[in-house]
Amino acid sequence: MKIEADLSALKTVKPHEYAVRFFFGGLVTVLAGLIAKHYGPVVGGLFLAFPAIFPASATLIEKHEKQKKQRAGLDGTRRGREAASVDAAGASLGAIGLIAFAVILWRYLPSPPAWLVLVIGAIAWLALSILLWVLRKLF
Amino acid sequence: MTDLLLRFLFGGIIISAFAALGDIFRPKSFAGLFGAAPSLALATLGLTIAHSGRTYAAIEARSMILGAIAFFVYASAASFVLMRYKPPAVAVTFALLPVWLGTAVALWAILLK
Repeated sequence: MKIEADLSALKTVKPHEYAVRFFFGGLVTVLAGLIAKHYGPVVGGLFLAFPAIFPASATLIEKHEKQKKQRAGLDGTRRGREAASVDAAGASLGAIGLIAFAVILWRYLPSPPAWLVLVIGAIAWLALSILLWVLRKLF
Repeated sequence: MTDLLLRFLFGGIIISAFAALGDIFRPKSFAGLFGAAPSLALATLGLTIAHSGRTYAAIEARSMILGAIAFFVYASAASFVLMRYKPPAVAVTFALLPVWLGTAVALWAILLK
């Protein structure tokens, strides 16, 4: 299946929806920092993989898919929830990439330069996630 | 206080940016990958390294492996429930958050405590 990027999709997200994402993103980051400060890095580290934005994204996908079907004169409720399920399936593959990201940081972060380890970790997350997505489509 | 404000700003910007990437890509299964992007870690680890050092950040990353396994379990469960029973996404994604927390804490108790 072909991967496409549609920048016009950004216009379908309302300003208050961007604001909610920003607020929750900031809030979860602050809470993760406070948990690490209070309970230490072993417990705090768990929350670096907290599903910070996933609930809001899945909800938004359901809403937009439903609205699209309703504009075509259909109910869209069922289709919207199926779209959210497909999004969640993609997130589960991304989570496997997230494991690879964390392993790379754990093993190599103590060696300088740290920024390079973060960049390589992010590239590994993306590459593994895409590879798993392609394999899932093929098989 | 400045540290918390910086965390809030970095977190808000980076997490929103990854969410926007998820908006622009099609198909939806591919866009879903960005729902599990390392956005929170990227937002916070730079500050952690600056304040507490690389070794401290590496210890956090080791625990993050368990959090990411819990994310996989959580997202898989959300996908299954949404496809099988078709309840509202908001209800499923929030109601299943204890699955993430329970899995992460159980793995921590077994492997790291």
